[in-house]
Formats: sequence, C-alpha cells, structure tokens
Amino acid sequence: MPEWGYKININNQIDLDFNDKKYLQKLIESEPSVKSCFACGTCSGVCSAGNFTQLSLRKIIALVSRSEIQDLSKELSKCMLCGKCTLVCPRGVNTRNFILSARKLLNDIEIAK
Amino acid sequence: MKFDIFVIPFLLGLNFLLIYIIVRFTKWILSLNTEEKCKLRKYIFSFSLFKSLKEINQEVLLHRKIFKTNPLLGYMHMSLALGWFLLILVGNLQVKFFSPDPFNPPHYPIFLKFFEPNPPSYPFDKAFNFIMDLALLIVLSGAFLAWIKRFNSSLFGMKHPTVHSRGDKLALTALWFIFPLRLFAEGLSAAIYNNGSFLTNTMGHFFGSILPAEKLIYPAWWAYSLVLGTFFLALPFSRYMHIPVEPLLIIFRNAGITAKRKISTFAQIEINACSRCGICIDKCQLSSANNVRNIQPSYFLRNLRHHINDFDVIQNCLMCGRCNAACPVGIDSTEIRLAKRIEHNGYNPFKYDYLPSINPYRTDVLYFAGCMTHLTPSVKKSMTEILDMSGISWEFLDKDGTICCGRPLLLAGQLESARVLIDKNTASIKASGSKTLVTSCPICYKAFKEEYNLDIEIMHHSQFLLRLIEEKKISLKKSNRTVVYHDPCELGRNSGIFTEPRQVINYSAHLLKTDYENEKGLCCGGSLGNIPITNFQRKKIASEAIEKMGISKAEALITGCPLCKKTFAEVSDKPVMDISQLVACNLIKPKIEETKKATKKVMEDGAYSRS
Amino acid sequence: MPKKKIAVIGGGIAGMEAAGQLAAMGLEVSLLEKGNILGGHVANWHHLFPDGKLAKEIIAQLKSGVQDKVDIHFGAEVYKLQKSNNYFTLNLTDGQNIEADAILVATGFDLFDASKKEEYGYSIYDNVLTSADLEEKFNSGKVLKTSNGAIPHKIAFIHCVGSRDEKVGNTYCSKVCCITAVKQAIEVKKIIPEVEVYCFYMDLRFFDRYFEDTYFEAQTKYGIQFIRGRLSEASEDMNGAIILKAEDTLIGKPLKLTVDMVVLMVGKVSSTGTQELSKRLSIQLDEDRFIKTLDSHTLFNFSNKEGIFVAGTCTGPKTITETIADARSAAMQAASYLRNNSFSENNSK
Repeated sequence: MPEWGYKININNQIDLDFNDKKYLQKLIESEPSVKSCFACGTCSGVCSAGNFTQLSLRKIIALVSRSEIQDLSKELSKCMLCGKCTLVCPRGVNTRNFILSARKLLNDIEIAK
Repeated sequence: MKFDIFVIPFLLGLNFLLIYIIVRFTKWILSLNTEEKCKLRKYIFSFSLFKSLKEINQEVLLHRKIFKTNPLLGYMHMSLALGWFLLILVGNLQVKFFSPDPFNPPHYPIFLKFFEPNPPSYPFDKAFNFIMDLALLIVLSGAFLAWIKRFNSSLFGMKHPTVHSRGDKLALTALWFIFPLRLFAEGLSAAIYNNGSFLTNTMGHFFGSILPAEKLIYPAWWAYSLVLGTFFLALPFSRYMHIPVEPLLIIFRNAGITAKRKISTFAQIEINACSRCGICIDKCQLSSANNVRNIQPSYFLRNLRHHINDFDVIQNCLMCGRCNAACPVGIDSTEIRLAKRIEHNGYNPFKYDYLPSINPYRTDVLYFAGCMTHLTPSVKKSMTEILDMSGISWEFLDKDGTICCGRPLLLAGQLESARVLIDKNTASIKASGSKTLVTSCPICYKAFKEEYNLDIEIMHHSQFLLRLIEEKKISLKKSNRTVVYHDPCELGRNSGIFTEPRQVINYSAHLLKTDYENEKGLCCGGSLGNIPITNFQRKKIASEAIEKMGISKAEALITGCPLCKKTFAEVSDKPVMDISQLVACNLIKPKIEETKKATKKVMEDGAYSRS
Repeated sequence: MPKKKIAVIGGGIAGMEAAGQLAAMGLEVSLLEKGNILGGHVANWHHLFPDGKLAKEIIAQLKSGVQDKVDIHFGAEVYKLQKSNNYFTLNLTDGQNIEADAILVATGFDLFDASKKEEYGYSIYDNVLTSADLEEKFNSGKVLKTSNGAIPHKIAFIHCVGSRDEKVGNTYCSKVCCITAVKQAIEVKKIIPEVEVYCFYMDLRFFDRYFEDTYFEAQTKYGIQFIRGRLSEASEDMNGAIILKAEDTLIGKPLKLTVDMVVLMVGKVSSTGTQELSKRLSIQLDEDRFIKTLDSHTLFNFSNKEGIFVAGTCTGPKTITETIADARSAAMQAASYLRNNSFSENNSK
C-alpha cells in the first residue's frame, strides 16, 4: 500500500467493506418491510418522542442499513412505541415491529455477551 | 358379585382421572396467594356460591352462550354434556332405589345392565329405564351431530372449526365411541333379557335379529369399558380437561380472582378450561379477512398447555376482545396473551429521562388529545371549538406534543417502561389540579382508567359531550343526516362504553342500526395490539368491517377513536367522522359568532379591485 | 365506400386532439363530453410549465381542430354499449344513440381528494389549498389573500400529496406535481415578490426538457427554499396560520415552520368516469386503477378489447405534450384499424 503522506481518519467514514452485516440481516428477516424505506422523514416528523428529544427513526433506519449500530440501543430506548410513525409511513414500513425487533436483537446480543 | 374383570379398564381410567383432578386442583388452590385464598374462602362460605352453581348449570350443562352463537351448535354441545350428566346422575339414583346396599362401587351403576340384567320390580323402575334411555338418546343425537359437523361445519354456523391435534383426535374418537358402545351393550342385553326401555329394547330387537347376541354381549361390555377407560386416561391431557376445570373456573372467577397479567394460577386454570370449541376462530377478523388461522385462543391456549412459546402467535393478535365476548367458557384470553407478552418483552425497562415535567395551568377540566389525535386534526379542532363554547375552564394538556399514555408499550409487553410514562403523566395531571380528565382516544381512556392511579373523574370525550349537552352548556340542532356508529374496540367491548356515544349522536343526526353493535362490534384493524400485522392485512380487515356493517344507506360513518377514523378513512367511500366532529357541525352558535363569520366572508370577497 | 365512424369518449385535450386528427384523416367522428365545455382539466389552468404558455391558447388551438369538423355531444355519458357484428352502439345520457366502428377512450384523470390526508388539514383549516384551488385563484385574477383577507408572507408547497403513498392506495408517482409546484411557486413569487416560498419534497422529479432549468431559476432568481422532508402534521394557530411539522432529512433534525398558506400538490388518480366506463365495457384496469394497455412500450393505445383504443391520462399520469402525442398516436392506430378493419402489425389479441 503506497504511502500517501497523510492518513484518512478511518473513524469518520462509513466503511461498507468493513461493517458487520449480521445484525442488519437478522433485523431484515424479522421485519422485511424496512427494505422499502425511502427516507422521506415522515416518521421522524410525527414522532411523539421527537417533540422532547432527538429521535429520528429515518436516521436510525439509514444507519442500520449501513450497519452503523453503535449507540443504536440508546437511540431506540427513547421510543414510546406510540405507533404514529406506522400510521403515516407512505411505504408501509411496519416501524413498530422494526423497533421492537431491533431492541430484541440488541438485547439478545447483550445477553449473549 | 358386583365385580367383573372387564370393569378394570374403566376403573383404572376413572381412578387415574380422579387422582389427577384432585392433585391438580389441590396444587392450584395451594398455589394461590394469600389474598386470593382469602377471597376464595369468603366466597365459598357465602350465599354467592349459589350464583356460581346456577352459572355452572347454565354454561357447563346447558351451554346457554353457545345457543346464542348458533342453536344447532348449542344443542350439540348441550346434548353431550347434559345427556351424559343425566346418565351418571340418574344412573346413580336408580341404583339407590334399586339396591339395598348404601355403598356401591362406581362401576356398578355404569354397567348396571350387566350386573343386574333381570332385576325384580322396584319403585319407578319403568320411569328410570325410560329416563336412562332418553338420556342415552340425547347423548347419541349429540354425538351424531358432532360427527356430521366434521363434514359440514357451516350447518352449525362455523366456517372454520378447530383443527385438532392428534392427541385431541384420539380422545375425541374415544368419546364418540362411548355412547354407541353403551347402546350396543345395553341393546344386546335387552335382546337377551328384554330389560330396556323404548330405545334399548328396540335396538335390542334389531341387534338380536341379525347378530348372535349371547356371543357378543360380553365383548361388548369389554369394549364399552375399554373405551371409557381410554377416554378417562386421555382426558387430563386433552381438550376434555375443560369438563372438570370449567366449574372450578366459574367459582374462582366469581370469587373475584383474576389472572393479573401473569401466567398465574388463575391463568393456568383458564388455559385448562379451554374446550377448543373453535367458536373464537370465526369471530376473529384475522381469520375472516386474512385467512390467518393459527393464532386464535383455541390454538394459542393449546400451545400454552403444551408449553410451546410461539412468539409469532403471541404477538399476532389485534387484542380486540371479540374472542372473549364469544367464548362460552368466559376465558379472558387477551389478558393471558398480554401476560405472555410481558413475559417475553418485559426486559430492560427504559428510563425516558428526556421527558420534561409539564406544568399545566390550574384548571377544572383537562383535555388529553392523545398521540393519535394529532393525526386527526378535525377532532382537535372540534373539541377545541366545543370546549371553548361551553364556557367551562379547560386546558389542552398535550397541545404541543403528547407524552404517550403508555398503553401501546403495555400492549407490546413492556410493562415497566409504561410505568415511567404513567408516572410522568400522572404528575402533570395532578399538578393541574383538575377534577375531570377528558380524552379523545379510547386507548388512552382505558390506560387512564386501568393503569393510572388517579382520583379524578376520567371520561372519554363522548361521555363528556353528553354531559355538556345534558347540562345545557352546549346546544345542538339535529340534522337530517343518517349515520352509522362504529363501536371502537377499546371504547366499547374493552371499556363498556356503548350508550353515551349513541346518545350524543342521537342529538345530532339519525342513527341507523347495524348487525355489529355493542359487544358484537368489529375491529377496524388499526389496532396497536397487533405488532407484526402488515398494512395490507389491516386494510382488508377495515374493508371487510365496513362491508359487514353495511353503510350504504348512511351518509357517514361515525366513530369515537382517532385510530379507527384514520384506518376507516383509507378504505371508506363514505366520509368517516368522529363524534366530536358531528357535534361541532351541529352546534347552535350564539348570534355574535354568526356576525363574526359574516364579516370575515365580506373581507374575503370584497376589495379585490386592486391587483 | 361509406365513411368509417369513431366515437371519442372524453372532451379533454386528449379527446380533442384525437378527434381533430381523426377528422382530418377523413373519418366521421363523434366527440362525447359529459360536461358542458371542452378542454378537461387544462381548461382550468392558467400558465403551463415549463415555458409559461397560457392554457387557453392550447385549448383554442385544439378547438379549431374539432369545431364544425366533429359531431360534439355535451352532457353525454355512455350508459349502455353493445357490440354486434363489427360495430358498437352507444346509448348516451343526452338522449341520443350513436353507432361507431371503433371507440377511443380519453376519459382522463381526477385529482386526489386531499381531505383523505386528514393530517394536512384540507377542508379543516381555511388556509390549506390544493394546487387546483391555487390555479383557480391565478385564473380569477384576484389578489392572492389568506382567509383573513391578508397578503400571505409565507407560503408552503407540499409535494406528493396522494402519490407515492401506500396509506391512500396510490403508490405510483404522478409525475407532473413537482414541476407544477415549482411553476406555481414562481408564479406566486411573481405576484407577491416579498413572499417567502418553501417546497417540502421527498424527491424532486424534473425529468423533461427545461424542467431542471425551471428548478434552477426557482432557486436562484426567485429564492425559493427547498426542504427535503415529507410534511408530517399541520396544525392551526389562533390567527389561522398553519404550523407545519416535518423532519429536515438533509440536516437530520425536526423542523417547524409557520406559514400563512399551504398548497397541497395533489396527484392524479384514475377518474371515476374511467373506472365506471371500464367496468361497463369490460376494459381491463391495472392495479393502480388506470387502464391497462396491451404493451407499455409499443401498444400503449390499445385496450384489451378489440376496437377500443385509449389515449391520454386515463392510462396514467402524463404531461400535456405527452398527452397530445399519445392522442395523435391513438388516432393513427384507430384510423389504421378502421382502414384494414383489423389491428396493425405488432398486434396481439
């Protein structure tokens, strides 16, 4: 590998080559409808929790689909499961089941550790 | 000699069954907690016990509730239960009249015609024989109908009867053979000794004419005993456990014991009391609209009996309660489902520490729109207009955003997380000092009533609107509009509020009747109780519900829930309105308002001379 | 040899163009319009994208092709149709019956009923309009005012209302709403130069010639703000202004904006006329309820029924240019069919 004279800050980029896609695959199996998300942001806009704190389901789905799942547990824990996002999604993503499955899978990973 | 070796299978089976029942029931009673034991003790030694006995008679023997679902189905179940009960009861009574011994072995009355084929005359002997034959005929008619039902269940009003497990099929077969074999044995006995009544004598003549009665009779008794023994052995592990357990359930339930969101003793009793009759399957809209037929209580409770934890079955339920309303045994399977969800999902409660403390103004009436109502602004606007016009002092608690009531979390099984939200909301409600909490969402209403510890009055907006009308704080003009009212599951069946919405509607429009009112109400499909359901499946449930309710003669569909409103609006050709909208449309406004509106109109139309 | 007859159902621009072309080719044409005027939806429009041409000029041009050259029926809907031997008999609601050797369906589209998206507040809040309502205001020449009679300071355009939305049963894109939004945004800016205009979109679809230039102009010359975020909720403040909530997805934060007027860019849906007629004629519809053509690449003017041709937006959303081209193509195919009394090459049953 040639010496470029400077280092790219690896932590600042989404390395799709490197990221472990197992979590994403399991999650998609639990809730396949999340594949159709086109990031319109309606879910984040109606979010009940979003009135009080930073919670963007669109962002979470985008990050998860890039297998960027650090801090995911913390973000998901803000959701009150009110269901407004599921009611407005134009692509019919079952957001509530997505969140519950995501939480469950993270919990399983924690327990396994 | 009151014994023969052929009774051994019967005795083995019976003894096993009795020991099993005694041990199981004792275990259950002992595993009750102190409070429950106390309730039970108080109940048994009170006169209310007679009420239970009456209920046992009505449901366990006569199957009154099943008659309401379908008369033929009711007769089928009743004839089997009542007929068999009469055979045992009258049989034992018969022996009392006939035999001088006060103590007889249990098999003696059952196989009486074997042990005393040619008895001397005794009081009421002809009557007893007649009644026994009649009871046998009743049971046989039931068994015959049950056999027919396997081929044509729609005759009995059942589109989709339960698909039974192999174990249940074995027990079922044994049960079906019991009475024909009794008839065969007693018939052969009558052929030889002429000791029967209208049924057994007739059959006896028939058997006697074509069969060697003397040779067959002893094997016949053996067969009868074997089948009885097999059935008794299979009973505790099959659906027929409901026979002994249902009376126990009725007593416990009337004593005030509940499942309490855990697979507690009471829940265990309920699980064992399910007869898998399958009536819940047809009532379930997931079956009728989406052909999903593995999640109904018949199957769900069977899974639990066999300790199978199928997560999909647990989560895939609208929690609408239609199954509970139809259950002839009165099992609250939604509570059990909730208990399983809590067991499964109730890990790691969330802190929600980002939630602020809301300090509302001190007021008399607090209005809580609810999360979903923010997506149906017509409801918010209508309620605001009505409450402003009524002149009462009120505050809109969640105007800028709702802290969810917590019930959606609860329905998903996250009980502890829901508690955090409940505490937060309770604090702000208490801080307002209000005496009345009005909400537009039935889900929130049920949460406030059951999960929150509020000393104040909690009302759904339909109830509050009725009060405003009756206290003449608002007045309505009745329009000629014809409407149909849909009972939201959480408001109607699950909270018992049926009349107030209808009374409010009657002040504003003409209410048409449907076949699906009150407890029979249909679910819109929008339920937050079902987690894995797809939007396509929800729409099918909604379309089917609208079709069944029949709104073609009405001008609008009225409902009392923002979730129902949104779900129906997607599939309805007719407009879908909330009760508050209907009221707001028909408000008689004071003269000042009218002039204000007129001035506004002039401003819009006039003064367009300059471009 | 007697002239071949063709009935064109629908007096919008597709019907007018096809009728005009067919008449010019020497056929006997009946043009059936259920309303009282020709021109369909385009008759309600003011300036057209992308060049600002006036809609009434196009209508006038099309009218000259049919006036006195085509037998026009107004107030005429087809309530009964029979096919015997090789010709159709149509019974009309204006009392007349006509015979035709072929039929051309040009029944057009309807606009999505915005009150179905309750969270946007149409017919609940006074200051929420559809793009059609706004176009009507442009046409009327009246000054643009809010419900309180004031000049708006801020106006928001909401894209994709009733399109690309599974919740209302229309998952397709209506194509022309994005460019219409930009067109109307620019028009509003021309009328009220100080007004702030915002466009809330999910994706921007500027697929045709000069569309992208219009977008560029909107951003640079007119300073129109584009926010990538689908409107989540609209509520009303005490003065009738609309408070919008959305997520600004490019920034990743929730966004709140109070505007004086909201314009909903409603999508195109298959018209009730199309659906009723198709049921009566047993014409096959696709899943999105638009008429299904035999092949979307090469046989886009053929329905599944022999002798029944289709043109215009009854087969799917189109721009005016596309509609007129489609109508011309349909006219050519129909004329060819009538000349040979069979389908032209490349056909299939």
